[in-house]
Amino acid sequence: MSLLDTHIGFVEALRAAGLSVSLAEGLDAISALEQVSWHDRETVRAAYAATLVKRQPQRVTFDAVFDIYYPRLVGDGVARERDGDDGDAPGPDAGPRDTGPDLERFREALAEALVSGDQQALQDLAAEAVARFGAMPGRGPGLSSWSAYTSLQRVSPAELVDRLVQGLLADGLDAERAQRTAGRRIGDFTRMVEGDARRRIAEEKGPEHVAGVTVRPTIDRLDFTAARRSDLEEMRREVYPLARRLAARLTKEQHARRRGPLDVRRTVRASIATGGVPLTTHHRPRRPHRTELVVLCDVSGSVANFAQFTLMLVFALREAFSGVRAFTFVDDVAEVSDVFRPGADVAEVMESLAASMSQAAMFGRTNYGRALTRFAEEHPDAIGPRSSLLVLGDGRSNYSDLALPVLADLAGRARHAWWLNPEHPRHWGTGDSAADQYGAIVPMVECRNLAQLGEFVHEIA
Amino acid sequence: MTWFASPADAATRLREAGYLTDDATALTAYLAGALEKPLLVEGPAGVGKTELAKAVARATGAELVRLQCYEGLDEARALYEWNYKKQLLRIQASSGRGSRQDSWSETHDDIFTEEFLLTRPLLSAIRREEPTVLLVDEVDKTDIEVEGLLLEVLSDFQVTIPELGTVTATRRPFVVLTSNASRELSEAVKRRCLFLHLDYPDAERERAIVTSQVPGLDDKVAAQLVDVVVRLRELELKKAPSIAESVDWARTLIALQIGDLDEATVARTLGVVLKHASDQRRAVKELKLATA
Repeated sequence: MSLLDTHIGFVEALRAAGLSVSLAEGLDAISALEQVSWHDRETVRAAYAATLVKRQPQRVTFDAVFDIYYPRLVGDGVARERDGDDGDAPGPDAGPRDTGPDLERFREALAEALVSGDQQALQDLAAEAVARFGAMPGRGPGLSSWSAYTSLQRVSPAELVDRLVQGLLADGLDAERAQRTAGRRIGDFTRMVEGDARRRIAEEKGPEHVAGVTVRPTIDRLDFTAARRSDLEEMRREVYPLARRLAARLTKEQHARRRGPLDVRRTVRASIATGGVPLTTHHRPRRPHRTELVVLCDVSGSVANFAQFTLMLVFALREAFSGVRAFTFVDDVAEVSDVFRPGADVAEVMESLAASMSQAAMFGRTNYGRALTRFAEEHPDAIGPRSSLLVLGDGRSNYSDLALPVLADLAGRARHAWWLNPEHPRHWGTGDSAADQYGAIVPMVECRNLAQLGEFVHEIA
Repeated sequence: MTWFASPADAATRLREAGYLTDDATALTAYLAGALEKPLLVEGPAGVGKTELAKAVARATGAELVRLQCYEGLDEARALYEWNYKKQLLRIQASSGRGSRQDSWSETHDDIFTEEFLLTRPLLSAIRREEPTVLLVDEVDKTDIEVEGLLLEVLSDFQVTIPELGTVTATRRPFVVLTSNASRELSEAVKRRCLFLHLDYPDAERERAIVTSQVPGLDDKVAAQLVDVVVRLRELELKKAPSIAESVDWARTLIALQIGDLDEATVARTLGVVLKHASDQRRAVKELKLATA
C-alpha cells in the first residue's frame, strides 16, 4: 500500500467513525506532514491530530484509527527477535509456544515491568502477549486471527495486582496510592494488549475491516446501555460541562429573543436628546416564561444507567426551569427532589440517589401501571397547568396493567408531556415493551446517548 | 520570516521564553507558523492557552495584539470604525470655503481616509509591517456573527472596508484563538484552524512548570504540592485545579514561609486551589485531611 493510499484509507476510516474530515483538511494534513520529519511516529500522529481533529471527545476515536493505519510495528517485531536471541528457547514452529515455563517467565517479566512502570517494556510485552498467547490459528493463510481476550485470560494481569502493590509500597508509596497506581497500570496494559490485537488483525484482514468493526463511537454517541464501567465514569464527567454548555446556549438564545413590545414612554423621553427624533427605541422586557418540570424516572436495573444521566442533566439545568421535582419508581413511587440540593456534590448525590432507589420498589419488578397510579394518588398536586411532565423509561412493564387512562389524565393536566426512551425505536412495542401504547398518549423520544439527551433538553427548555 | 525552524526549535525557544511545552504543543506551534494557519487552542481554564500566545510573541520577538472577546462584541470593536467626531469637525471646518458643490465632494472624499480610520485589533494586526502575534482570546464568548467576521480575516488575512477597499496583510500574523469550548464553534472557523487541545500536564512537567514559575520553592515541597494537585484532579470536582492554581498555591506557600506541605497545611490553604465549598468538603473527605 502506498503512502497516499494509506492516507486516503485513514481519512475514509475517520469519516466512517463519525469525524467530519473535509477534503481541505486532508490536504492540510498532507502539507503539515511535509513540514515534519517522518522518523517519529508520535510526530506524525500529532501532525494529523492538529489538522484533522477539531473536537477533543473525538480524540479517542482518532487514536484508535491511527493505531490501525499507522501500526507501531509489523508482525511479531520484538517478540520474534527475542525468540531468536534465546538460544535454547523453542523456535516459533517447534511446537506450542504458550507452555507453562514460558508463561511463568513472561509473567515474571510483566510483573517487573509493571512495578517499574516502564512504558516501552510494557508495550513490548503487550505485543509479545498477543503473539504468544493470543493466536487463534486459522484454516489457511490469512484466516488466522488474534484475540486480546485469550491473551489476557492466559496472562491474567489482574492476578499480579497484589505483587504490584507490594512492589510499589516498597518504593515508598502509601497504601491507597499504591492500590490506585496498580489499578491504573494494569488497565493501561490491558488497553495495550487490546490495541496490539487490533493491529495484528488489521495486518491480516486489512485496516478497513478492523476500523469498521472495533472502533467505538465517541463518548457522546455511545449508548447508555452499551457503556462499560470506565465509559460511565467518563460520561459522568461529561454531564456537567454538557449542562454548562446547554445553559450558556439557552441564556444566549433567550437573550436574543428578549426584546419585548415597544415602550413608548421611554422611547419618547429618550428622543428629547436627539431633538424629538426617536433614534433609539426602548422596549419593555419580555416576561420571563418559565416552566416547572416534573420528572418521573424508571430506576429498575435495565435502565439504571440511563436514569442516572438523565436525572443528573436535568438537575444540572435547574436554572432553566423555575422548579424541578423528581420522582423515581420501579413499582412504587418515591420523591427524590431533596437529594438534589443546589451546590451539592455529584458523587454524594449519586450515592443518596442509589439509597433512595430501593424505596421505589415494593416487589422489585417494574410495573408502570402501579407506579403511575400511585403517583397520581400520592402526589396529586405535583402536576398543574404550568408544569411539564417528563417520563423516563423503556416502557417494559412485565406484561402488567399499563394504567393508560391514568397517564392520559396526567398528560392532559400538564402543559407539555414527553417520554424519553433509551431503546432504539425498532425495539419499541416488542416483547413486554408498551412503548407504542404509551407513545400514543405521550410523544415518545429516542434518547440513547449524551448527544441525543443534550438535543432534547435544548428543545424543551 | 519563518516563525520557528523546527518543532525542536519551537520547544527550545518557548522554554527560553518561560513556557514549558510538551511535544505535541511544540509541533503544533511550529506547524501554525510554517503553514501560516491560525491555531485554535482549547482546554480547561488555567492550563496556559493565553500564555502560549504570549510566549510565542516573546520567543519570536513579535508584538502581541490581543482581541478579548465577549458577548456583544461587534465589528466596530473588533475591526475598525470611523472617527465620526473628527469627521464632523472636518465637515464644519470646510463648510466656509469655496462653492457648495465643490466643497461637498471634496469633503466627502476627504473624510473617508486613513486619517479618520480608527483601527481595532484585527485590522491593526493585519496592517502591521513588523512580526505580529494576534491573540483572539475566549473566542467562544462572542456571538455567532463575529465568527463570520473572523472567517475573512483568518482565511485570507484581509479585511474589506467599503470606503477604502480591501486591506491585505503584507506579513501574515501568527494567530492564536483560545476557547473554553463553552460553545461549539462553527465548522467553518474550525476548518480554517489547526487544533490543539491543552490539558493538565503530567506530574513531572507540572513540577517543572511550578519550579520555573516560582523560584525559591523547595524541591520537596514542589513534589508534595504537585502530588496533591494530581490527586485532586482525580476526584470528581466541579472545578479541577489548573496549572495557574498550582502556581498560585506555590506562591502562597512561599509567602507563608511553609517548608513542608503536611496535611494540616493542605487543609488550611485549600482555598487557593479549590473555589467551590462542595469541592473543598469533598477534598477534605477524600484525602482524609485533618481539618484545622
